Amino acid sequence: MTEPIDEKWINKKVSRRDILKLTGVGAAGVAIGATSLGGVIKAMGSDVFEPVADSTRAINKVDFYGKYQSGITTPVQTNIYFASLDVLFTSKKDLQELFQKWTPLVERLMNGELMVDLTTNTRIPTGDTGEAAGMDVANLSITIGVGPSLFDKLGISHLKPAELKDLPHFPKDQLQKEFTGGDICIQACADDPQVAFHAVRNLVRAASGKVEIKWSQAGFNSFPADGGTPRNLFAFKDGTVNPTITDEKDLNKVVWVDKGWLKDGTYLVARKIQMHLETWDRTSLKDQEATFGRYRDSGAPFGKTKEFDDFDVEAKDSKGEYIMPDTSHVHLARKSGARILRRSYSYASGVMSNTGEHDAGLIFISFQKDPAQFTTVQNSLGRLDKMNEYITHRGSAVFACFPGVQKGSYLGEALFNAV
Amino acid sequence: MKKKSLLSVLVAGGILITGCENTEELKKDDKPATEETEPAAQEVDLSTELSSYQEFAFEQMDQFLLETEKFVNLFKAGDIEGAKAAYAPARMYFERSEPIAESFGDLDPRIDGRLADIQEEGKGEEEWSGYHKLEHALWVENKTAGYEGVADQLLADVKELHALVQTVDVTADLMITGAVDLLNEVSTSKITGEEEIYSHTDLYDFKANIEGAEKIFEILRPKLEAKDKELVATLDEKFKAVDDLLAQHATANGGYVSYEELTEDHTKALATAVNQLGEPLSQMGIILE
Repeated sequence: MTEPIDEKWINKKVSRRDILKLTGVGAAGVAIGATSLGGVIKAMGSDVFEPVADSTRAINKVDFYGKYQSGITTPVQTNIYFASLDVLFTSKKDLQELFQKWTPLVERLMNGELMVDLTTNTRIPTGDTGEAAGMDVANLSITIGVGPSLFDKLGISHLKPAELKDLPHFPKDQLQKEFTGGDICIQACADDPQVAFHAVRNLVRAASGKVEIKWSQAGFNSFPADGGTPRNLFAFKDGTVNPTITDEKDLNKVVWVDKGWLKDGTYLVARKIQMHLETWDRTSLKDQEATFGRYRDSGAPFGKTKEFDDFDVEAKDSKGEYIMPDTSHVHLARKSGARILRRSYSYASGVMSNTGEHDAGLIFISFQKDPAQFTTVQNSLGRLDKMNEYITHRGSAVFACFPGVQKGSYLGEALFNAV
Repeated sequence: MKKKSLLSVLVAGGILITGCENTEELKKDDKPATEETEPAAQEVDLSTELSSYQEFAFEQMDQFLLETEKFVNLFKAGDIEGAKAAYAPARMYFERSEPIAESFGDLDPRIDGRLADIQEEGKGEEEWSGYHKLEHALWVENKTAGYEGVADQLLADVKELHALVQTVDVTADLMITGAVDLLNEVSTSKITGEEEIYSHTDLYDFKANIEGAEKIFEILRPKLEAKDKELVATLDEKFKAVDDLLAQHATANGGYVSYEELTEDHTKALATAVNQLGEPLSQMGIILE
């Protein structure tokens, strides 16, 4: 029934962008025919993509079963629907039942199947809301995590990892409670906005009476025609200095937790960052570039010519000035020494009612084996970051994302087995 | 009046369904979302439940007529405070039985129309009548003079409604859809304070809508118990959650606080509780299978 892995990958429709992302910079510009794809995957020697019992018929499908949850090292899709939920129950058993209920539903959603098979009784609402019917599954990934508040609500604080706590207050934070915190997160990413939204909508609906949505945010990412790093709404390439998603060794250092019930899981940090587009748009190109420390067009760091050129953050010019300004975003982030896996999306949600400005920005998402990595970067940016003038952090949340699910198991089983 | 459903045809006429003859009728009434070729062979007998609900609706309408008469008399006597006090409680009888009361196309807007609805239909203020026009007179203009004709018309309309309700065909669909519709009413207009924009007595309507839905659930309870005990337990729990939240806003005299006293946290909690109730409530149709 299950096809050999190489065969399956060959038969899958993989876009040019996917290949570029999978193979990293080294392969950029190299034409890869479909027939050689299996070899490419194998040559990378990665076990990130372990299929167990996922549908072999669906095209453009991300696997649900595996060592890790999807949506973390999955090649970045074009759309996200991120939801932070509060639970309405107070017992660990209810939580366990919720995840047991969700597990097969997540599997179905990621296979592009309806939540439940249609019944003949048309006098009740349908079990699946239906708006994704007949659609390609669009590389849907679903990532589930739990927030610090959940452990306190359920009286299981002893199971809460020491690393899982609300982020500290950062300089210039203007957090609003309607975009902050949450007991559970669902991150649905897909190459189609409706497929991503459908997943969250239906999981929340299936958990009616158990959870309520605290806040949510839709986002998008658009990729240049040649693949490569997407640009944020400030028009700068975002995510250049990321660990390579197929470099298992590096991911073990940066992303995957290696102990306790969260082993092979990771911490997700979400920040809703409003970007003041009107202000940015009246800033000279020179100042914009000095804000990032990169050239807008090429994405190259100051003093270099190509996006991925390495740079020495301490390098100075003949006058003794930093080549990369010491108040630039890239300078400060690099100087922190901490690394994180960023997987952010832009958002544009209408107009701010109090100012008439675009309500737009970044739904920043990063994965790390300890939220302290993010804190270190953010503290380094601190008050110095020239970018602060153009952005306001409006929301914040941190979640512990479970390890992947093996066939016969369920989301978060290790948590419930922990004593 | 609502079109007769297949069930009412069955109950009334005792027609035995065979073959494909009735497929068209089934589709016409039920509009199945999926292609259905086989009509249900046997409909569940709900005749006891249907007559219980009819009885309930009659009682509510009797009371609605009596209380409207009281309200109109106070209004016409120029007793502003008395009329204000009688306004919201009288309306609760209407709101409880809304699935039936609103099935008469012309009467519902005449009795319960809001100015915004009238204007949306391209009509002028002069065509506005009924309870909400008198609400405006009492709470905004603080007078009754000049509105006696509107009050008389309201009573006449309610009398007509009362008479028409006696002829209504209660069907299973009316009950089951009605229960969810009552909650939808709460979710879309009561919880936003858009029903009673002058008197801010929205929580009275809210409570009555919930009671109307709960009544349907109670009538169907034995049938539901037989089909899905867990659903019944969930519904008990969720009705209680809404009732408990509403009770927090009750006043000493058995009424409710003004909608204006509710904070955003209050309305959000109420709206969430109603949605959490609506989802399982929408499953009551399982008894028809």
